[in-house]
Amino acid sequence: MRHHTREEIEAAAHEQMAALEGVALTPKERLAIPPQEMPAQDPVARRRNMQEVALGYTATQARLESLRCLQCRNAPCVEGCPVRIDIPAFLKAAAEGDFQAAVDIIKRNSLLPAVCGRVCPQETQCQAPCTVGRSLKDAAKAVSIGRVERYVADRERDQGRAQLPAIKPATGFRVAVIGSGPAGITVAADLRREGHAVTIFEAFHKPGGVMVYGIPEFRLPKKIVEAEIHALEAMGVEIRTDFVVGRTRKLTDLMEKDGYDAVFVGSGAGLPKFMGIEGENLVGVFSANEYLTRVNLMKAYDFERADTPLFRSRVVVVLGGGNVAMDAARTAVRLGATEVHLVYRRTEAEMPARVEEVAHAKEEGVVFHLLQNAKRIMGDEQGLVKAVECLRYELGAPDDSGRRRPVEIKGSEFIMPCDTVIVAIGNDSNPLIRQTTPGLVTTKWGTIVANEDGATSVPRVYAGGDIVLGAATVILAMGQGRRAAAAIHEMLMREGPYRRRR
Amino acid sequence: MPNRIVFKRQWAEDIFEIKVEAPLIAEERRAGQFVILQLNDEYGERIPLTIADADRTAGTITLIFQTVGKTSHALADLDVGDYIAHMVGPLGHPTHIERVGTVVGVGGGIGAAPLYPIAEAMKAAGNRLIVILGARQAGLMILEDRLAGLADELIVCTDDGSRGRKALVTGPLKEVCERPSKPDLVVAIGPPVMMKACAETTRPYGVRTIVSLNTIMVDGTGMCGGCRVTVDGQTRFVCVDGPEFDGHQVDFDNMIRRLGAYRRQENAAHERCHLEEAIRQKEREAGR
Ligand SMILES: Cc1cc2nc3c(=O)[nH]c(=O)nc-3n(C[C@H](O)[C@H](O)[C@H](O)COP(=O)(O)OP(=O)(O)OC[C@H]3O[C@@H](n4cnc5c(N)ncnc54)[C@H](O)[C@@H]3O)c2cc1C
Ligand code: SF4
Ligand code: FES
Repeated sequence: MRHHTREEIEAAAHEQMAALEGVALTPKERLAIPPQEMPAQDPVARRRNMQEVALGYTATQARLESLRCLQCRNAPCVEGCPVRIDIPAFLKAAAEGDFQAAVDIIKRNSLLPAVCGRVCPQETQCQAPCTVGRSLKDAAKAVSIGRVERYVADRERDQGRAQLPAIKPATGFRVAVIGSGPAGITVAADLRREGHAVTIFEAFHKPGGVMVYGIPEFRLPKKIVEAEIHALEAMGVEIRTDFVVGRTRKLTDLMEKDGYDAVFVGSGAGLPKFMGIEGENLVGVFSANEYLTRVNLMKAYDFERADTPLFRSRVVVVLGGGNVAMDAARTAVRLGATEVHLVYRRTEAEMPARVEEVAHAKEEGVVFHLLQNAKRIMGDEQGLVKAVECLRYELGAPDDSGRRRPVEIKGSEFIMPCDTVIVAIGNDSNPLIRQTTPGLVTTKWGTIVANEDGATSVPRVYAGGDIVLGAATVILAMGQGRRAAAAIHEMLMREGPYRRRR
Repeated sequence: MPNRIVFKRQWAEDIFEIKVEAPLIAEERRAGQFVILQLNDEYGERIPLTIADADRTAGTITLIFQTVGKTSHALADLDVGDYIAHMVGPLGHPTHIERVGTVVGVGGGIGAAPLYPIAEAMKAAGNRLIVILGARQAGLMILEDRLAGLADELIVCTDDGSRGRKALVTGPLKEVCERPSKPDLVVAIGPPVMMKACAETTRPYGVRTIVSLNTIMVDGTGMCGGCRVTVDGQTRFVCVDGPEFDGHQVDFDNMIRRLGAYRRQENAAHERCHLEEAIRQKEREAGR
């Protein structure tokens, strides 16, 4: 498909809108409105910059896309949304051009619409069961709920209309939140609103979690996360960076010595998995976490100014098929690699990455190698990566999850020359808090065991997000944060302050 | 105020000691742990430095470092009263301190700094302490007095013989291993090649040898894996599984290569920083 400029897209939308203005639309007419294409940076130009790829709908497009919604009474989309946003209601407001009302409706359930509009896997959540997509027999033609969400949230922020929530009178209770990712941010905001004093402890020098160190600028501009952090600070949440709970202070000491009445653990899934294959520690092999952190958080892409060095790569092989793999591959493209190959064990249908990211990666020239997997990494005499030996796979019988299991084809080994390998096969949970908090029950994967409310085995200690779910999503982390905050509030009001043992 | 430099001393041309206010770190730290610091919010890099000493009452920690890259040079340029933008710690597992009998501490060059708190704790635990201190030349020898006050026996050597014996640390280490009462534990800290040589020296005698690794790090919390090393065929993260490992199990060759991964870029940055300094110098002269 030829790349359309934002101007071309807006002109088309304008024409379509003119025909519909003031008309009461029948469902059939709504179904006939063309799905609005997301304006994007030119694929050639964006290979050389870090700026956001998807440019966002125009106002006309946001209204048109919202008009496609049939306002289903049973609203299957709401069922698909992990935080149950009233989707038909916000789309109705947006269709009428009342974008402020639309974002207000979203914010009743979601704290971070500008982020979620960009990074949620909508095609497997709210948009999967959408009646429009079903009627048109093409899931890709479902109402683009996430893009409208993004539009209304961006508009509110850009016009400076975002208002801080009212803060209830001080309760005198203090809550410690560990980690400043989406789970921690949500807990902090919700508890602060109830009048509790909240401190976030963050290991890094900058708050935001994966949203700042992992997800790249070209997919989630850092100014959006910064705006959310500023809002928290304006609400009176204290943020202490450079503070590793478990090392700088033990979790239990926060309550025992420092006067906190409850603790929420939102420390994420930050422990990169390696495959345990030969050659994994050669020079030129990186975890995606390291590669992305150097580039995003430490700004190593700015060769002139950044002190953090970056490995100069020509031919990069990325192992994995999720968002992390796409982000690493697309970052490598932008940093000047001449070839970027992505090797994934299953087929494209099983890729956990967002559909849009897969499409963007392909447009940017990432070469996909499906049903293949690395067997070992080969090095030269100096210990530098020189190639990956791969194996071909075919799909066998379905496994427990119903996905057809990839099985290796014997003797299908072949060599893929490269100088850099980025391992993006997932993350386990960081063991630090587990190791330093007596009595905290964890699973065999190292995730913290928590009930529906986020309560852990240690009284007054709650947990949520990736540290409970394993590597999951922003929206699930936020949803768990919401529920934990409500439970912590209820617990504090019921049980009062933490009583020190001595 | 946290992160303020309250004391500074230059030991040698490229070796500095600073004391920094960090009450929380001073309270929690134990021998063998380190901090990661960063001098600039946006563009700074994060480097690990071992905590050489701490004063709980004053709320300060001591860092001794050698100027090797851009950040350590910039750190050496800071003066008393200046602040370190970011410092996080104490990181890593503390040294396992127990009474084993005779402990030999080997400190090569700047390695004497991380060795000091371990030697102190080993001595306090009731061990007989032998310290072998080595440096390229007399001017690069640090902490000799302090370690002399601590050790039951101190052996000093330099590559060029300008102080103590003319020997590499492995010479005296071998002799100690050959004594009738073999040492029970060796703790060797210094440049990677030295640690490797120490591990090879003690291996035939079967003396357990602990080394403290200082690999490239980013976060220091186990999140990136950049610090990983191969130990007994397994991948281990120095920042959370270490920094101390059994020297007989570490794949030093791989570690040394990984340390050199960014050499080209680092050299360029280093040169750039010397060039900038030269330009500033010229400007200062011209302005006068
Ligand atoms: C590259 C990448 C791309 C992704 N893309 C998407 C996407 O497109 N869509 C999507 O929905 N999800 C995506 N995810 C997943 C998503 O980012 C996570 O599920 C989500 O951020 C989890 O939120 P969290 O709050 O649980 O933890 P995190 O965001 O991981 O935040 C945890 C924070 O806790 C801090 N911390 C950890 N331990 C300690 C400690 N001991 N003391 C103090 N602080 C500590 C960490 O430094 C971190 O800042 C992606 C993840 C990655 C890595
Ligand atoms: S399922 Fe689709 S069409 Fe129906 S209400 Fe939700 S968004 Fe609108
Ligand atoms: S420094 Fe990142 S995992 Fe050790």
